[in-house]
Amino acid sequence: MAEKVYAGKTVSVTDEGYLTDPNQWTKEIALEIAKEEGIELTDKHFTVIEFIREKTLKGEALTIRTIGKSGLVDTKGFYELFPGAPLKKASRIAGIAKPSSCV
Amino acid sequence: MANVQDHPIKKVMIICAKANIEDVYAALVMANGAVMEGIEAKVFFTFFGLDAITKKQMKKLHTATVGNPGLRMPGGLPFPTILGMLPGVESGVSAMMKSQMGKLDIPPVDEFLELITAGGGEIYACKLAVEMFGLKRDDFCDYVKDIITIGQFYELAAGEGTQIIFV
Repeated sequence: MAEKVYAGKTVSVTDEGYLTDPNQWTKEIALEIAKEEGIELTDKHFTVIEFIREKTLKGEALTIRTIGKSGLVDTKGFYELFPGAPLKKASRIAGIAKPSSCV
Repeated sequence: MANVQDHPIKKVMIICAKANIEDVYAALVMANGAVMEGIEAKVFFTFFGLDAITKKQMKKLHTATVGNPGLRMPGGLPFPTILGMLPGVESGVSAMMKSQMGKLDIPPVDEFLELITAGGGEIYACKLAVEMFGLKRDDFCDYVKDIITIGQFYELAAGEGTQIIFV
């Protein structure tokens, strides 16, 4: 485990850069992590990020399929918002653990 | 051992030649898993695997209840081959498998193809097998990008960090 400074706040992160405590997350931190991923966050991104945080903090495991069915964004749109590896990138930006689903 | 970061997989080329639920899903899970990780994925369906991408058959895939030693009754007892021969048993077992997968949020075949293609994955049908089974472009679902030869498949495979996987 390591510590990192985002937006003037020190947070603890895993070796792969995921926040270990989702409660340390703020929108400002999200903006900076997103920059590292090469993504400029828009309101649309935040709608999805908040959905991911809400579901995950309730203990539900998320998949790309559940996000695609959320009504907020379709699967294609989700890939466009977070190009490359959307679920991993979105989880990291949302300050939650690395996703562990296979589908 | 070489550092895993040195040679990441950049592209997977998956060939699916069978129509069993388990083989088709192995191909689909690998393709979707690749796309999810930002790895390029192309799936080539050939021979009986074509069932997975034809409008007529894609929702009716079965698992074999005869000649399938891994199949067991609920509870773990061996599944008698003679039982697997009875009419309706294969459909019943297949339906059960599909419902188990549904509980794990594994989508049906058509939706799985949608997920893969939405993420940039590509689906192809084998020209030789298409001709052999007398199929036409219209017989295939819209997720199929093209009907191609094995030569074209290898052309698409070109590049460093490609893996070809046969199911």
